[in-house]
Amino acid sequence: MIIFDGVEKRFGENVVLSGLDFTVAPGEHVTLIGPSGSGKTTILRLLMCLESVNAGTITVGGRCLTHMEKNGRQVPADEKHSREVRKRIGMVFQQFNLFPNMTVRGNLIEAPTRVLGLSKDEANARAKELLDLVGLGEKIDEHPSRLSGGQQQRVAIARALAMRPDVLLLDEVTSALDPELVAGVLKLLHDIGESTDITILCVTHEMGFARDFSHRVMMFDGGQVIEDAPPSKLFSEPDHPRTKEFLKAVLDRG
Amino acid sequence: MGWNWSFAADVFPILLQGLVVTLQLTVLGSLAAFSLGLVLALLLRGPRPVAVVVRGFIEFVRSTPLLVQVFFLFYVLPDIGILIPAYWTGVIALGLHYATYTADVYRAGIDAVPRGQWEAATALSLPRSRVWTGVVLPQAIPRVLPALGNYVISMFKETPLLIAIGILDIVGQAREEGGRFFSYDEPYTIAGLLFLALSYPASLLVRRLERRVGTV
Amino acid sequence: MENIGTFVQVLLRGVPETVIATLGGIALTIVLSFIAGLALLSPSRPVRVISRIYVEGLRGTSEVVQLFWIFFALPLLVGFQIVPIWAGILVLGLNHGAYGAEIVRGAVQSVPRAQYEGALALSLTPAQRMRRVILPQAVVEMLPPFNTLFIQLLKGSALLSFVSINELTYLADQVLRPNFGPDLPLVYFVLLVFYLLLALVITAVMRMLESAAAARLGRTPSARSRTSAKTTAGVA
Repeated sequence: MIIFDGVEKRFGENVVLSGLDFTVAPGEHVTLIGPSGSGKTTILRLLMCLESVNAGTITVGGRCLTHMEKNGRQVPADEKHSREVRKRIGMVFQQFNLFPNMTVRGNLIEAPTRVLGLSKDEANARAKELLDLVGLGEKIDEHPSRLSGGQQQRVAIARALAMRPDVLLLDEVTSALDPELVAGVLKLLHDIGESTDITILCVTHEMGFARDFSHRVMMFDGGQVIEDAPPSKLFSEPDHPRTKEFLKAVLDRG
Repeated sequence: MGWNWSFAADVFPILLQGLVVTLQLTVLGSLAAFSLGLVLALLLRGPRPVAVVVRGFIEFVRSTPLLVQVFFLFYVLPDIGILIPAYWTGVIALGLHYATYTADVYRAGIDAVPRGQWEAATALSLPRSRVWTGVVLPQAIPRVLPALGNYVISMFKETPLLIAIGILDIVGQAREEGGRFFSYDEPYTIAGLLFLALSYPASLLVRRLERRVGTV
Repeated sequence: MENIGTFVQVLLRGVPETVIATLGGIALTIVLSFIAGLALLSPSRPVRVISRIYVEGLRGTSEVVQLFWIFFALPLLVGFQIVPIWAGILVLGLNHGAYGAEIVRGAVQSVPRAQYEGALALSLTPAQRMRRVILPQAVVEMLPPFNTLFIQLLKGSALLSFVSINELTYLADQVLRPNFGPDLPLVYFVLLVFYLLLALVITAVMRMLESAAAARLGRTPSARSRTSAKTTAGVA
């Protein structure tokens, strides 16, 4: 589903990712863990075209995200091309980023109507369905500012799902929530993972969730994948010393 | 000479007529400034050469007197084939001048919209135009309304300089009437008080709006 | 095009009056800004009220009206004429002093309360507190908005052409306009450039003062205060 090939990303002098190769199969749930600055969030941002690669290619669902054919040559993709490929990817942010100038309903139907061309009725029906799924059906006409953090994040998840994405990116989606709200959101994500075959790429510090939810866990450090294994292996018998160190520090914190 | 109450009473309705002209000019000039300012603000976010030229234009207009700009436009427009009454030259001059101020107001408002909003809109693959009209501007503009309001009030107080190109606004009328009877204190005092009567409450309203909306 | 030389020569004769009016206006503005600005913060209510009346009254009326009033209405009421250039300086100073008062008030209030409390704890008198602790810090905040305000004042000096003072705009209007009909757009463009140059001089001086004032506090002038000064200063 997703292929990273020789991807390199620099911010000025700072090389965040270099020579990055990995693949994700359709329907797989992959969690990226590692210390801050190791490049995990950058990977999500590259997939979402919030940043562009300095070198290498990214392919999603068989179509190249970063480059396109022009006159028989491969050139960096323009906005239009990236948007086309990107339509099948959804993202949920740490800060929810709901649009405050629209109601929950507005937030949910905005992209399906404007981008996917759904009719108002279809979009509304889909919105209702998804809100019920996340347990917030009766809040459909509320303004985001009146919802709690956990509720806003669940709406944000519904908003991403409204686009029926093939790939869902989760960027530390519970880090900004009060501890008591975290469990609700994680359970929701777990249910979504079970009931759909969306490919999910997740950056998180919630190790328990990573263990239960993922098929694979990738440990990042210094812009490289230093270990890539199913959670059963990585969490109990990590190979790489850095992984051991990181897990010890994180799990000790409880 | 002193103050003559009956003259004051006679001149008052004439001054009110002039005030109407002043208000018209202010409204039209503000509309021009709001729209042109938004255009300038968007251009400032464009390609570097364009942004530099626009910024240069803005600084030039803001550093030079509106009065001279009015004269400039008054003489240059006919030369390039635009023959309009002085009234409209005045509106254009006000609009252009204040657009350079509203441009920065818009810019500050747009910059204040959190990055996450841009990113979420991008994540949903919304087309560029919709990101602006549906997400960014609806959040940017309410925040800057107080600043825009203050500029409207400023413009209101600056319109009298259009008497230089023959426009009969409230001050123009005051000058006429005062000159006719050689009694300037009544017309000018009343004109001043009328300005105060309108702009002071307006500025209080803007301050109240500021408190509710938060400043940029 | 060839006439530019003549335009410049004629306009140069207007520079002295413009500069005198501007500098005089700036001086009066500074004095009034501080007096009225600090008065707005006075513990005494009557003082605050009087200052507030001055500030709102002068800010709420049009500069053109104020100018005409001082020139044409005042003589009729009190019986004497003020020398034109002084009347011009008076109007510029009174008007911009009102705006300046708000700048001073805002800057003084923006000094963190902790500074005031520290000075209080050291038993400094109110005057010492103001002079040695609050004002030096407030001044750094004031300079960018004052820069904008002084440029407004410079622009305001053009209004003095309405009352026959021999400054730049008056000369353009009286001397150049009758004689160079077809070239008028160029005349006024050159006039704009003159004002631009004077504005740049003001900005250069203010930037130097900003650096000096900030250096005394051990910091570099913040770019942020300059941007906010552009959007809010010199207005209602």
